[in-house]
Amino acid sequence: MPKSDKPAKVAAVTAPARLGVRKTYKLYIGGAFPRSESGRTYLVDGDNVALASRKDARDAVVAARKAQPKWAGATAYNRGQVLYRIAEMIEARRGEFVTLGVPATEVDAAVDRWIWYAGWSDKIAQVHGGANPVAGPFFNISAPEPTGVVGVVAPESFLGLVSVIAPAIVTGNTVVVLAASPQVAVTLAEVLATSDVPGGVVNILTGHAAETAPWLASHDDVNALDLTGVADTGLAADLERAAAGNLKRVLRPPVDTPDFTADPGLHPMTALLETKTVWHPKGF
Amino acid sequence: MFEYAPAPESRSVVDIAPSYGLFINGEFVPASSSGGVFKTVNPASEEVLAEVASAGAEDVDLAVAAARRAFGPWSALPGAERAKYLFRIARIIQERSRELAVLESLDNGKPIKESRDVDLPLVAAYFFYYAGWADKLAYAGFGANPQPLGVAAQVIPWNFPLMMLAWKIAPALAAGNTVVLKPAETTPLSALFFADICRQADLPPGVVNIITGAGETGRTLVEHPDVNKVAFTGSTEVGRQIARSVAGTRKRLTLELGGKAANIVFDDAPIDQAVEGIVNGIFFNQGHVCCAGSRLLVQESAYDEVLTALKRRMATLRVGDPLDKNTDIGAINSAAQLARIRELSDIGASEGAERWSPPCELPSQGFWFAPTIFTGVTQAHRIAREEIFGPVLSVLTFRTPDEAIEKANNTPYGLSAGVWTEKGSLILAMADKLRAGVVWANTFNKFDPTSPFGGYKESGYGREGGRHGLEAYLA
Repeated sequence: MPKSDKPAKVAAVTAPARLGVRKTYKLYIGGAFPRSESGRTYLVDGDNVALASRKDARDAVVAARKAQPKWAGATAYNRGQVLYRIAEMIEARRGEFVTLGVPATEVDAAVDRWIWYAGWSDKIAQVHGGANPVAGPFFNISAPEPTGVVGVVAPESFLGLVSVIAPAIVTGNTVVVLAASPQVAVTLAEVLATSDVPGGVVNILTGHAAETAPWLASHDDVNALDLTGVADTGLAADLERAAAGNLKRVLRPPVDTPDFTADPGLHPMTALLETKTVWHPKGF
Repeated sequence: MFEYAPAPESRSVVDIAPSYGLFINGEFVPASSSGGVFKTVNPASEEVLAEVASAGAEDVDLAVAAARRAFGPWSALPGAERAKYLFRIARIIQERSRELAVLESLDNGKPIKESRDVDLPLVAAYFFYYAGWADKLAYAGFGANPQPLGVAAQVIPWNFPLMMLAWKIAPALAAGNTVVLKPAETTPLSALFFADICRQADLPPGVVNIITGAGETGRTLVEHPDVNKVAFTGSTEVGRQIARSVAGTRKRLTLELGGKAANIVFDDAPIDQAVEGIVNGIFFNQGHVCCAGSRLLVQESAYDEVLTALKRRMATLRVGDPLDKNTDIGAINSAAQLARIRELSDIGASEGAERWSPPCELPSQGFWFAPTIFTGVTQAHRIAREEIFGPVLSVLTFRTPDEAIEKANNTPYGLSAGVWTEKGSLILAMADKLRAGVVWANTFNKFDPTSPFGGYKESGYGREGGRHGLEAYLA
């Protein structure tokens, strides 16, 4: 700007007619947007973002546990509808994600991924379970069931984030997600909050995953751990060791950099499922 | 009541050698200098059956190396050819089933009628079932081109020595893996006889390796850097240690661990059938069953009727010589296990539960424990929370289905459960809400090679049996 001898107050006069309202990025726990109970924030791209604490992680597990039976008990059709609704809402907020730096093609891919998983809700039990022809007069059937509350260390990209949340919840699990890209993750939380996803089904914590993940890994009320977003192999091993405490199911980090645009296959879903087999006699 | 005359099965069908080596690369070899020897005894008489080699670290190395060498050619075989080896093994097991059943009862202490009528037919069936998968892996639903993992380290318990071996080895070989298996130190003999069956079937050397030894041998095996897959059946505590030891490695892991199953009886249940199911649930194989129905939940309105019938039925159970075909309950597998059962039972009594056993005379030699029930048990009692792994039943009551679910699920375990009622809608609703991998409705302790088996929560991860059982051995 060229030097000017105009009085300083002119600057105030040229301010925009309306000052923009900035968004406060907060955590997403039990369907609400609290600040971190620790009161801590950290700076990301000029925004103050909530820095989740151990207590926040534990609160999120409580919320996830509370929501889990009802979410698992919802019909598969209903869960599919809710997942599809998430895709609709992301589509509507496309511009906001692009503004946050997510490439438009990635937003599209994320929308498509939600829709792909939405369709799995009422098919996974048919593909992954079924009748077993036992040698005897018994009705014998196996069906997949959710494993419960899943702790997720999410990868950085938006498509990566969606690719770890969707397969976990479509089958009736609830999740506590440690997000890597806070603004994008919190924006997704706002999408979820307006998509008929019951509060507590997805809980999102921002901050340092390396700080909060050990609390999830050692938490006795967490049933499974998805380490897809853990790049540090030493940390991943520590988390896996901690997860052995209550024999959590562990989805290890991928060996190579994952290509989230590829067909995910069934494993992201089946790794977080149990198989229940029921026997009943048959006869007159 | 009249007395039965003894009806002993002959031991002459089994020829037990005075000592056994390790089965590595198709040969029986003595343990190296880092190993040693130990004795295996008949728990019904404390007679020493044989001396068995204990594998040290060097031996584990040799066995893993043999399995690694065999892996390439074995996995490269067309599935149809691998299938034929497994079919051969299944056939030889059928042909030698009388011999194996007697051997199993001698080494384990289980009644001959169980090893003969339950264990051995199932062992053959598991090999037959998985033999048929070997050339159909692309159709199993895990992707179009599934690949074997490599060398599988398998550690199995003493309660069903040969059946656990079949559950582990059959799917591993069908999928194209090679194995190093360690049987339990108190029941190594049937696995060594199985090694002989592998030779009889002309199985290529190194595809199956059997190393005997105690916990340290097992630890060395699962921690060996050159194994790709670990499969363990046993206690939750050891399972936890194994899960920690494979953390941070690329080794795949499946665990079948402990249980504290609820057997839930509603007041409309057919009482006589339910009582048979309760007895089968907790006294089958002396209660040495991870999915044993060790917590009986009876609806209050049926409590007196069920307890009276149960006690009457228990009074007819015959405890004694495992080789007697009339025997219902055999010997406790080891002195150590007997001590644990006694300790927990004493704690049950001291915590205020009421103990009852039918009058029964126990042999003076060997390890024995009378079938026992505890009434007046609450969820806080240790006998209602901890796995006893013996013929000890805790009886609790409930009023509503919701209460039954809450009590049944109030455990860190989640392996199995039983439901008894004539009402189909109630069975289905209960089956939905029970957090357990297997739910037996109006039956109990049924197994089949086509039926997946495995637990929720701290009962472990992965499934054995069925199509699901293959998944653990494929990438």
